[in-house]
Order: sequence, then structure tokens, then C-alpha cells
Amino acid sequence: MAFLREDTQTTADAPGNAGPAGVSVTAPAPAGPRRRTRSKWPERGELAVLLGPALFVFVAFVLLPVALAAYYGFFSWSGYGPATDFVGLRNYVTILTDPDFHEALSHNAFIVVMSLVVQGPIAIGVALLLNRKLRFQSLIRVLIFVPYVISEVVVGLGWSLMLQSNGAVNDLLDKVGLGALATDWLSNPSIAIWTLLVIITWKYVGFAVILFLAGLQGIPEEITEAATIDGASYWQIQRHIVLPLMGPTVRIWAFLSIIGSLQLFDLVWIIWGQYVASTAGTSTMATYMVANGRNAGSYGYGSAVAVVIFLISLIVALVYQRFVLRRDTAGAITGGNI
Amino acid sequence: MAIAASIETGGRRAGAGAPVQAQKPRDSRNRGRRAPVIIYFVALIVVGLMLAPVAYIILGGFRSNSEITVNPSGLPASWHWSNYTDVLSSPSFWTQVGNSGIAAVATTAFVVALGLMAAFALSRYAFRGRGADYALFTAGLMFPLTVAITPLYILVRTLGLMNSLGGVIVPQIAFALPMTIIILVPFLSAIPNELQEAAAIDGLGRLGFFWRMVLRLSLPGVITVGILAFIGSWNAYMLPLFILNNEAAYTLPLGTQAFASQYAVDTAKVLAFTSLSMIPALIFFSLFERRIVGGLTGAVKG
Repeated sequence: MAFLREDTQTTADAPGNAGPAGVSVTAPAPAGPRRRTRSKWPERGELAVLLGPALFVFVAFVLLPVALAAYYGFFSWSGYGPATDFVGLRNYVTILTDPDFHEALSHNAFIVVMSLVVQGPIAIGVALLLNRKLRFQSLIRVLIFVPYVISEVVVGLGWSLMLQSNGAVNDLLDKVGLGALATDWLSNPSIAIWTLLVIITWKYVGFAVILFLAGLQGIPEEITEAATIDGASYWQIQRHIVLPLMGPTVRIWAFLSIIGSLQLFDLVWIIWGQYVASTAGTSTMATYMVANGRNAGSYGYGSAVAVVIFLISLIVALVYQRFVLRRDTAGAITGGNI
Repeated sequence: MAIAASIETGGRRAGAGAPVQAQKPRDSRNRGRRAPVIIYFVALIVVGLMLAPVAYIILGGFRSNSEITVNPSGLPASWHWSNYTDVLSSPSFWTQVGNSGIAAVATTAFVVALGLMAAFALSRYAFRGRGADYALFTAGLMFPLTVAITPLYILVRTLGLMNSLGGVIVPQIAFALPMTIIILVPFLSAIPNELQEAAAIDGLGRLGFFWRMVLRLSLPGVITVGILAFIGSWNAYMLPLFILNNEAAYTLPLGTQAFASQYAVDTAKVLAFTSLSMIPALIFFSLFERRIVGGLTGAVKG
């Protein structure tokens, strides 16, 4: 960081004496290596100006808090004054032996798996269906994406009003003669998590569809044309050519979906809130963190939960990266190639 | 502008270029064949399912509470505009719109500016540590807000930014940067070196090149990340929930939730409030839908 600051100084001066600085940047003919050595300092200054602000904000407000979480996690701390009550691994032992956390973790696992199982096939099906010349194609795409664009609060409030026991969903079931199916969708512990799954699917499946449609448009027309000429049927082409070629897109979507499911907070908090979520069986690791951390005034404990969430996400991500993503994003996270 | 166009379609890595390219042959091939009716039928069902809850919210805002109680899933028997006009004439609604607007515009402006500068450095300068820098930003995707929120709250409090929009805006910029840089770097890398050399011959330095040409050439990418940042900020829930405890500082999502619990018995008005709060994001999105899809394509192909 120190050298960056120095460099900022250098460029800050540069505009002042515009003459020489301007010449030094522009005058050298595009003779590659020579130019680089001569204009090294201005170049470093430019770099500092260009990269500095983004790096600073990113380090200060993303990396630092995460590092602080790792630190506070070893303390019993109410959030005021310096953290002095060092408790070692006690927070972690409490988390890992707390049945409430186990339950939250199992809900996250359920959402991770079921989101993939439910959203994936639906989205692939819809994307294949829409990947042809259709009237109103762009209108259809916009409309499918609408739930993804509206906020979690709107989604949560709308759905919880519809799903009340005297709400629109039960009323509608009654009207079509399925009144027997009407139930308490939100607070029945054996049903609530499925309700959550439906809402999540509704909200996020549009994103998967749009992503897959984008992936489908990257498949060269010549390949499917050649297969048609060779006598392959529509279904054969989809099954043996299009689907395998969609692999990279599907695998990236699955990665984003898994990470999102592990971090799930907003919808659960909005629809069920802190207390109902645990009785209705929809609590997640993140709602557990907020309920037992900040809302309980235990910032050390909350930080430890954050670290556990992060480590679980990281392990899942690394395993996924190692065994599934390997070929697609060679180095996207390890930073091998730009 | 001619140069911009050729780059957009010529550079395969320029996100928005790819779909444009891919669509052309498809159009010509399928000209003779029409999609069977069943496809339209299925598309109609899918769209219907996606829109039904939204329609419930919007139409519910036009009903009266007694109507909603007696017949929860019905259509408005008579149109009550009063729910909407009541919300639109309440000052707290407009305060929240203003707060959300300021937060979203400031977040978007800074994310685009900082992201573009960083992406320019990462894609067009050769320097030691470039790979590490890029990896640092991409690793940011692994640090979601959920993990950082507890200490972030302490940090914002220590900086004295509680209950101020700044306390929401700055962290939002930080957390939006990784995705922004990942989307923008391919756009900037796709600009041919010849163009930069030509600009240098014409007396334009690297920074001049940045101002005069890169900004314009990367416009599709800039619009994509801008929209994502705007919508992300407009809809943000968790961060404002932690930072903004004072009703005067509420953004729309917090305000909508507070309104819903305060007027729990007045369902119709809650629905009207909720409908109005989603309009800006919807308008913004529908204006630039193509750009978002294009940008995502670029990001996926990476």
C-alpha cells in the first residue's frame, strides 16, 4: 500500500506541469519495450490512480470485515468497547453442538439440493422450448425474468398474503374443487419448507432460463444443421448435441445456485421472521446467525457463525471447482488467465 | 461509431456481440418453419405462472379490504384508485423513494466509475501482480454480504455512518465491484491493440485513450453492470436492515415491510404500496433487458 500512495503523489503532480508530462506519455513512438522502461513511473502512477480506489474500497469493506469476523469469532463480545473476553474455540463448539444450528444447516442442504433438482430441469426445458423463432420472443423473455427483478420484500409480502390460511391460494383451490388440499402453507412445519422451495423456484428460475438461453445462443447453428442433414430427430439433437454443449452454462448456474442457497436470508426473514422461522422449520444458517448474533447482542458469536457459513461455502465451492467446474473456468477463481 | 460497431460484432469476447451474431443465421434458417401452437401454449402457461403473483399484488391494490376478505382470489369488482392515491400522497412513501433513489444512483455511479478504472488497469496494463489483483477481485465473489454483515455493521457504526445512506452506499459499492470487474474486463480486453496504437500515433496517451475511446467502446458492458448495480441496490434488504434503524432513513424495501406490519389490517393498501415500490426496478429492467442478457452471456463465457 505504501508504494501505491507514493505513486498517487507522482501523478497528482503530473497535471500541474502539463507540458513535460504530456510529452513523456505521448511522444515516444510505439516502440514497445523502450517506451515501457522510459515511462515506468508515470505508468505506475496511472495504475495507482486507476486501481487504487477500487482496491481500497474492496479491501476496507469486503476483506476487512471478513477478517474481523474471523477475529471476533474467538471472543465473547457484546459489540461495544474492545473485544477482550477471549474464549478460544468455545463459540465454535457451541455452534457445532447446537441442535438449532444443525436444523438450520439441514434446511440449507435441502434448499441447495432441491433448488438444483427442481429449477435445473424446469429451466432447461423452458430454455429449449423458447430457443427458436417465436413471436413476442423478447416479450416472453422479459416477463419470465420479472420475478427475478422485483425485490425480496415484494416477493415475500405478496406470497405471504397469498398463502395465508384465508388467502388467495386456498380460496383458489376451493374454487376449482381442490378445497381438500387447502392447508396452512406457512406455519405447518412439515409443509413450510416446501412452500419456501416453491417461492424460491418462482423467484430464481427466470435467472436460470435467461442464462441457459444465452448459453444456447452460443451454440453454432452449423452443428445442429449438420445433424439434421444426417437425419437426427429434434429430440436426438437436443439430447446428444445441445445438452452436452450447454454443460458449461449449466455448471456455472449450478455453482451460483448452490452458493446462493447456502447464504439464503432475505426471503426467510421477510416471510417468517426470526421466531416463526425456527418453529415453522424454515430457519437457515444466515437467519440463525442474525438471530443469535446481532439480535442477541452477541457479536462474537455471530461472527463465529459467519465464519462457519463461510467455511462451509468455501469447502463446497472448492469441491465443486475441483470436480465439476475444472474445465469451464480454468483459473476464473484461481486467477490463472485473464 | 463505425469502429464501435465493428468491435462489438467482431470481438467474440465482447459479451453483447455474441448473441447478435448468433441470432442472424437462426432467423434465416427458421424463416420457413413456424413454431407449433403447443410451444406458444406452454410459453403462455410459464409466463402466466410467473406473472400471477405479481398480478395478484397489483390488482389487489385496486380492491377494497372487504372484497379481499370475502373473495381473496377474485378480480376487482370495482376499481378503487384510493389505495394507490393514498400511498402516492403520503410523504413517507416519497421519502423512501428518495432514499432508495439516492442510494441506487450513487452506488451505480461509483461502481461503474471504480469498476471501469480497475478493469482498464487489469486489462490494458502489463504489470507485476496483475493476475493476483484480478484473482483478489474474483475471490470477492466468495465473500458474500451474509458472511461480512456482522463486523461490517460494527465497522459502519465505528465510522459514524449508522442511519445514513452513506453507510449503505459504500459497502454496496464494495460488494458490487467483483461482479462488475469480472464483466468489464473481457469487454476492455476485446478492444484491439491496433486501436490503442493508432490513438497513440494521433497523440493520445493511455489515459486519453481511456477517456476518449474506452468509455464509448465498452458502453454495452457499462450499461449491464450499471443496471445490475442499480437493481441490486434498489432491492437491497439485509444491509439496510442492519444499518438503517431510523424511519427517516428507510429505503423502500424497509419502508414497505414497516408499512405492511403497521397497516396489517389494511391489506389493500399494503398491496398498493408494494406494487408501487416495484415499479422503478421493473421499468429500469425492461428498458435494458437486452443488455443484461448480453452482459450475462459475456460473463458466462468469461
